[in-house]
Amino acid sequence: MSAPAETRIIFKHIDEEGYSNDIACYQKHGGYEILKKSVTQAPPDIRDEVKKSGLRGRGGAGFSCGLKWSFVDRKSGKPIYLVVNADESEPGTFKDRYIIHQDPHQLIEGTMISCFANDVKQAYIYIRGEFPEGARILEKAIQEARDAGFVGKNICGTDYSCDIFVHRGAGAYICGEETGLIESLEGKRANPRIKPPYFPAVLGLYQCPTIVNNVETLCHVKHIMDMGADEYLKIGTPNNTGTRIFCVSGHVKKPGYYEFPCGAVTLGTLLNDVCGGPLEGRTFKAVIPGGSSAKILRFGEKFTIKNKDGTTKEWTVEDIPMDFDSLAAAGTMGGSGGVIVMDDSVNMVDALANINAFYAHESCGQCTPCREGSLWMKKISTRMVHGEARPEDGELIKNVADQIAGRTICAFGEACSWPTQSFVAKFGDEFKTYATDKKAKPADSLELV
Amino acid sequence: MIQPAKPELVTVFIDGKEIAVPKGTNVIEAARMVGTDVPHYCYHPKLTVAGNCRMCLIELGMPMADRATREPIMDPETGKQKINWIPRPQIGCGTTVVPGMHVKTQSQMVKDCREGVMEFLLINHPLDCPICDQAGECKLQEQATGYGRGYSRFIEQKNVKPKRTQLGPRVMLDDERCVLCSRCIRFNQEIVKEDVLGFVDRGSYSTLTCYPGKELTNNYSLNTVDICPVGALTSTDFRFKMRVWFLKQTNSIDTESSVGANTVVWSREGVIYRITPRQNDEVNDTWMADSGRVLYKQVQADDRLKTATIGGKLASIEFALTEAANLVKTGGVTVVGSGRSSVEEQFLTKKLATTLGAETTIVARTGEDDGILISADRNPNTRGALVTGLISDVPTTDLSALGAAIDAGSVTTIVSVGEDLLAAGLTADQLSKVAVIYLGAHGNPTSAMAQVVMPTLTVFEKNGTFINQQFRLQKFAAAVPGLAGSFDDLYVLDQFIVAVGGESIGVDVKSVWPTLAAEIPALATATYANLPATGLLLDSTPWASLNFPEGKSLHFEPAVETTTA
Repeated sequence: MSAPAETRIIFKHIDEEGYSNDIACYQKHGGYEILKKSVTQAPPDIRDEVKKSGLRGRGGAGFSCGLKWSFVDRKSGKPIYLVVNADESEPGTFKDRYIIHQDPHQLIEGTMISCFANDVKQAYIYIRGEFPEGARILEKAIQEARDAGFVGKNICGTDYSCDIFVHRGAGAYICGEETGLIESLEGKRANPRIKPPYFPAVLGLYQCPTIVNNVETLCHVKHIMDMGADEYLKIGTPNNTGTRIFCVSGHVKKPGYYEFPCGAVTLGTLLNDVCGGPLEGRTFKAVIPGGSSAKILRFGEKFTIKNKDGTTKEWTVEDIPMDFDSLAAAGTMGGSGGVIVMDDSVNMVDALANINAFYAHESCGQCTPCREGSLWMKKISTRMVHGEARPEDGELIKNVADQIAGRTICAFGEACSWPTQSFVAKFGDEFKTYATDKKAKPADSLELV
Repeated sequence: MIQPAKPELVTVFIDGKEIAVPKGTNVIEAARMVGTDVPHYCYHPKLTVAGNCRMCLIELGMPMADRATREPIMDPETGKQKINWIPRPQIGCGTTVVPGMHVKTQSQMVKDCREGVMEFLLINHPLDCPICDQAGECKLQEQATGYGRGYSRFIEQKNVKPKRTQLGPRVMLDDERCVLCSRCIRFNQEIVKEDVLGFVDRGSYSTLTCYPGKELTNNYSLNTVDICPVGALTSTDFRFKMRVWFLKQTNSIDTESSVGANTVVWSREGVIYRITPRQNDEVNDTWMADSGRVLYKQVQADDRLKTATIGGKLASIEFALTEAANLVKTGGVTVVGSGRSSVEEQFLTKKLATTLGAETTIVARTGEDDGILISADRNPNTRGALVTGLISDVPTTDLSALGAAIDAGSVTTIVSVGEDLLAAGLTADQLSKVAVIYLGAHGNPTSAMAQVVMPTLTVFEKNGTFINQQFRLQKFAAAVPGLAGSFDDLYVLDQFIVAVGGESIGVDVKSVWPTLAAEIPALATATYANLPATGLLLDSTPWASLNFPEGKSLHFEPAVETTTA
């Protein structure tokens, strides 16, 4: 069976022979034409178009982009800021960096259209500190766009002016959380802000209304303005419009990035057909469909899904369509599109210990449950890996996770506890085996922190 | 009297109890109003909300209404409007009341949350409660008992953080006890306006520290100790000295400046161990300066006067009073009163001066206004001297007029109430030309030159009132007994008046007050016994035109307008 063809919109030119990140190349491929067209329109019309398109944020939460824009306080008299979230720190996720590396002007064009639509006079691209090359490419691309009149003063010859600045992050997972990002951008330690009462759309950067959008999301804005919301709506499924980039990593024959309309492929199709199936002699064991913080799915498990009309249907993991709502219905999430595949060679306690080590290292330490709980989870899972598991550890570690999820300032609480909750719920037997069979796993080097 | 504007009230339901609370109140404060304690660490009513300890998690619900029609959705079983409970717990500190809000503070979910947070806070906390220097004021200990699991499931190695880090000259940090509530950080940023503390490192390894090159040296540093909810920040002065539950608390007033910060003096068996601020939202919120906390050391100071003397020789107080009466008989007397004396003492000082036909003055003490709780006027009771008539205008900085009078020979005797006249501008030569009668708790160059010295009490050993910069009459009480051999200032002043032929008014605060209230119009409505703990604002209009030295400090409103609603 041949793999279904991709529908590449955002990634149209990624890896294309001869395609470079120069402005000349971008313009040769029709670049900045949409911006030129957009700045002749009324900003509210662009906002309406984006809202109508049903575009959902590609950073992780999948929140409606148009709705987010509509929350912006436009009456405050304060400047409105747009911040591009290019922090991309979710393990398993590597889509934004390819946009930045290979097609930076697409991001700049999408950003400028979004700025124009929201009356933004200054935008920031907040890029992860560990991406120096990406930052350099963006700086160069912005200068090219500035020289060509697409960024800066009098954009495309109009009286609209807006500049973009690249800000390199401090290098912490929490810098990608939108309020932590804003704090970091203000020069402070990246601690999330409590919300309510104030969301960034009302009081964000420098206490001004602020929009924080993911790189991929802003690229979609360009294409929505290109094809029109009505055409865009036809891609994907209702409430899950447009394409999604899936970054597949782990135990498949062809890992990589793939772009499909939302819901156009099932998880089974993606892994078996698109990615070539499991490695030789192996079978799939588990998959995390949306970045390491998403809840894990166990191959072989069944889901009873309620249809809108009240009827139900049965899904296996392979049946789940890759869109926001279907993945949520299966008890996980689309998240950032980072699909992490594990075959039967993977020991789940090991895998969880690895994830827990990451989140324990990245917790910003601001609020109690995540600060103390993430390290505790790491300590338990590391101890288990080192051959000192107890029968009650699985239950204990899950209970620690339960005490974190939903009780913290930002979503990091969920990000660090969902893996533990789902690993124990779905592979509880392996956690028990660890205690009874001390030789199940020899101690190895899991010293990430 | 000042009538605060009536706040707009919002009706909310705390655990089913209906209560109307002022608009803008948060859930912790609203619950407090119905007598329900919502435990918390990071929340402090005088600081911004951080929302990071997660101890005050509560369940929140709003009455359900139909989205389209806005009609309430009723529960057929109870006949009441249905409540839409938010599935996630919410923080009480960061949640402001809105009309109709329902709050659960005792539900299973809330109990689980509290138990969870307590468990997290304790996993890396050292188990040194019995020797902890918080000395009995640790919320971690209290809340572990009240809301904790009661046993630990943590078998891993604890994080060991640094011990005994000196953050500044007066504040010590035991990092392993810190719950990272950030109250101390916010206090310095928001009240002192000095960014000095911050967190470094991530996750469970986060620690509190001073910024590179900085130290917690400001004059308000010890407030961080007061507001530290656990035993992390301690006062180097008080640390290990005494368990607080052994100590007696006495309400007092900080005498450093005209702000009159409300304080509590903590003592045991006649010894004072520390001074902490007392909440008075109109004066000092819950803060006080570090410099005011060490004033208790005056009580045991080496320069305390322990006995009356005549010409440097020991004498009984009766002989000293007789000798003082002899010295003032010849006339040419001036009384140098004190802005540090209580209202009652100033009243008797004025009486003494009137009986002697003497001029009165007080020594001005001024310095730089720090914009918080140290005002430019460093006398705690300049307003009292005005109200009692001891002075009629804001005192000048020195006693040069008095010096000139001495040189001219018109002044031959000076009664000094605790003031060092040499420090206040007179020369030793001038002082040697006159007879000095000195009443005071501490010796100084003036008392050394005085013909008669009568030892009196410190503010910690007597009762009385001060009037602060707002014209707020505030009470202080004796925390410890007076030093053996010394006498209450009121007793000495009263007996002095009697010795020079005047009538006795009273030898203590209670007996002085009826005359005081009868003779001073501003105090006519006040009674000492019923004076509220937060003081009584007096009508200041008679002095509104005076040029007081104070700038704007925490709650300073000079020459308060009084309106009767």
